[in-house]
Amino acid sequence: MTGLLLKDIRKSYGAVDVIHGINLDIKQGEFVVFVGPSGCGKSTLLRMIAGLEEITGGDMFIDGERVNDVPPSKRGIAMVFQSYALYPHMTVYDNMAFGMRIARESKEEIDRRVRAAAEMLQLTQYLDRLPKALSGGQRQRVAIGRAICRNPKVFLFDEPLSNLDAALRVATRIEIAKLSERMSDTTMIYVTHDQVEAMTLADRIVVLSAGHIEQVGAPLELYERPANLFVARFIGSPAMNVIPATITAAGAQTTVTLVRGKSVTLDIPTEASENGRKASFGVRPEDLEVTESEDFLFEGTVSIVEALGEVTLLYIEGLVEGEPIIAKMPGIPRVGRGDKVRFTADKAKLHLFDAEGRSYRA
Amino acid sequence: MEQLVAAILTMVAGVLVCAAYFWGTNLILDRIFPSKGKFGAVASRNLRIANSIRPWLFLAPALLALTLYLVYPVAQSVWLSLHDRGGQNFVGISNYQWMVNDGEFRQSIFNNFLWLLVVPALSTFFGLIIAALTDRIWWGNIAKTLIFMPMAISFVGAAVIWKFIYDYRAAGTEQIGLLNAIVVAFGGEPQAWITLPFWNNFFLMAILVWIQTGFAMVILSAALRGIPEETIEAAVIDGANGWQIFFKIMVPQIWGTIAVVWTTITILVLKVFDIVLAMTNGQWQSQVLANLMFDWMFRGGGDFGRGASIAVVIMVLVIPIMIWNIRNAAKEAGGR
Repeated sequence: MTGLLLKDIRKSYGAVDVIHGINLDIKQGEFVVFVGPSGCGKSTLLRMIAGLEEITGGDMFIDGERVNDVPPSKRGIAMVFQSYALYPHMTVYDNMAFGMRIARESKEEIDRRVRAAAEMLQLTQYLDRLPKALSGGQRQRVAIGRAICRNPKVFLFDEPLSNLDAALRVATRIEIAKLSERMSDTTMIYVTHDQVEAMTLADRIVVLSAGHIEQVGAPLELYERPANLFVARFIGSPAMNVIPATITAAGAQTTVTLVRGKSVTLDIPTEASENGRKASFGVRPEDLEVTESEDFLFEGTVSIVEALGEVTLLYIEGLVEGEPIIAKMPGIPRVGRGDKVRFTADKAKLHLFDAEGRSYRA
Repeated sequence: MEQLVAAILTMVAGVLVCAAYFWGTNLILDRIFPSKGKFGAVASRNLRIANSIRPWLFLAPALLALTLYLVYPVAQSVWLSLHDRGGQNFVGISNYQWMVNDGEFRQSIFNNFLWLLVVPALSTFFGLIIAALTDRIWWGNIAKTLIFMPMAISFVGAAVIWKFIYDYRAAGTEQIGLLNAIVVAFGGEPQAWITLPFWNNFFLMAILVWIQTGFAMVILSAALRGIPEETIEAAVIDGANGWQIFFKIMVPQIWGTIAVVWTTITILVLKVFDIVLAMTNGQWQSQVLANLMFDWMFRGGGDFGRGASIAVVIMVLVIPIMIWNIRNAAKEAGGR
C-alpha cells in the first residue's frame, strides 16, 4: 500500500510555473524530508499535498485514493505550521478538540484522544491554558498534539522548528524523531531548509530546486553520492569545494587536470568520448588532509583560520579566483595564516561532475 | 475673499505662535539652568532640573485648553444644575427631582435606551458582515468606498437626505418619498413615517446606522486582515466550513476590536441630537436626552438649571462606557 503517490504534479500561478512535474512515491510510515533553498517550491508542494493549494496538473493519491479534488479535511492529513497557527482564543484542550468537535465526535472519544495526545507530549498540566501563556516550544507541541488528534494517515510539517531558538530546536527535533518512531504507520512529510534537520530525521530526503526534484535518497546516500553539483553543494556544511577541471585521460580511471595545472587520477570510469571535456572536480572540506608528500591534490596559501575547538576551518586562496577552498581539520592543527599547505584526500571520496553538473559516478 | 485671507492669516499666526512658544520657553529654561559651559556637579544638577521641567512646558498648552474647555464647563454644568432657571438661586436637587417625575424626560430615557440597543448592534453587525464579504471580491474596495461615504456627511445633511426618503404626500398624489413610492407601487397606503409613535424611533435610527456602518466596516475590515492566515488554514484542515471559520475562528480573534467599535458607537448614540432635531425635533414621542437638554437650555426663554441637569445625566451615562472603551482599546493595543 502506498502512503502517498505524486504523478507529474504541476503548479502554476497564471503563466508562472512554480512546480514542474514532480513524481514521487512515498511509502506508508516513511519519514520524507523536502529540502531546498527558499523559493524552490517545497512549501508549495507541501501545501498542495495538504489541499491548501490547488493542483494545476497531475494526479495525487493518498492511500490509493485520488485526492486532487478532495477537501483538506477529508484527505486524512494533518499539518503543523511554522507559526504554530494555534487558535489564540481557545485553551490547549479546545485547540486539540476543535477538529473532532467539527466532526461531531462523541465527548468521551474527544476527551480520550486529547488526553492521550497531551500525555504523549507532556502537555497534560497545560490543557486549561491559552496559547499566549505558553512558551514557543510548548506551543509547537500543542500544534503537534492538535495534528495527532486528527489521527492522520499523512503528517505534514512546514518548517516547524524555524520559530524556535537553537536549544529548543534540538529538543523538539528529537521529540519529532521519537514521535515518528511511535507512530510508525503514519507517513510523515517534513519541509525544511535546515540540512541538519533533514539529515537527522529523514528516511529519505527529496532535494528540490526551482520546482524540480534534484535527487531523492537516504541522507547518507545524498552526502556520499550526490547525483549532481546542486545536491553536492547543498548537502554538507561547509559546502563541497568545486574546482574547474579538464578531462585529460578517460577510461576505467579518469585523469583530470585542475585549473592550476595539477593532474589527479580518480577511480571513476568515463567514456573515451569525454576526453578533453570540461568538468568539475569536487572534494568535501572534511575529506581534505594536510600532507608533506609529493603526491598531493593541490597546494595553496591559508588566508583565514577559523578555530572552533572541535574543528578548524582553513580558507585556502590561490586555486580558484575569488572562491577560497575550505578545509575542515579535526581539532586544532598547527597551521597559521600565510602558510603554504599541501592537501590530499582519500580517492574514494572524490567527486567528478560533467559540464552540465551531473555526477560521473553511476 | 476677505474671510479667506483672514482665515489663512489666523492659521499661519497660530502655527507661528505655537512654534515661538515652544522655542522661547525652552530657550528661557536653558538660560535659567544652563548646562553648557558649567562644570561637573552644577552642570548635571542644572540638566536634571531642566529635564524635569521640560515635559511640562510641552504639556502646558494642552493642559490649559483642557481645563478651560473641559474641566470648567463640567464643573459649571454641575453647579448650574443645582440652581434655578437663571442660575441665581441655589435649589439643591430639585431639578433632578423634577426630572424623575417628568413624562418627557422618561420618554427620552426610554427612547435613548432603544437607540442604545439597536444602533450599535446593527451598525457593528452590518459593518462586520460587509467587511468579511467585501474582502473576497474584486469590487470589494469600490463597495467599501460607497458604504464608507455617509461618514463624510454631517448628521443634519444625512437627515435632510432621509427626509426625502420618508417624505409623505396624501394618498392618490405622486409620492416623492422613496419609501412611500415603493409602498404604493406594491399597492399599499402611503404613511407619514416619522409621525408614527414608537416606530418613528426606528426610522430615525436607520439614518445613524446608515452613517455608522461605514465606520464599523473600516475598523473591522482592518482587524479581519490582521488575523493570521495560518489559523484559518488550520481550521480548513480541521474541517470547519465557512460559517464555522467565521464565527468560531475569526470573530473571537477580533472580539476586542468589535467591543471597541460597539462602545464607540454607543457613546455616539447617547449623545445623538442632530438627527432628531432635524427630523422630528422630538415630536411624536421621538424625543431623546440631548434634544431635550437643548430644548430646556435654549428654547422658551431657557431654563439653565434643568438643561444643565439633563446634561449631567448624559455625562454620567457616557463616562462608564468611555472608561471601559479606553481600557479596552489600550488592552487591544498593548496585547499585540
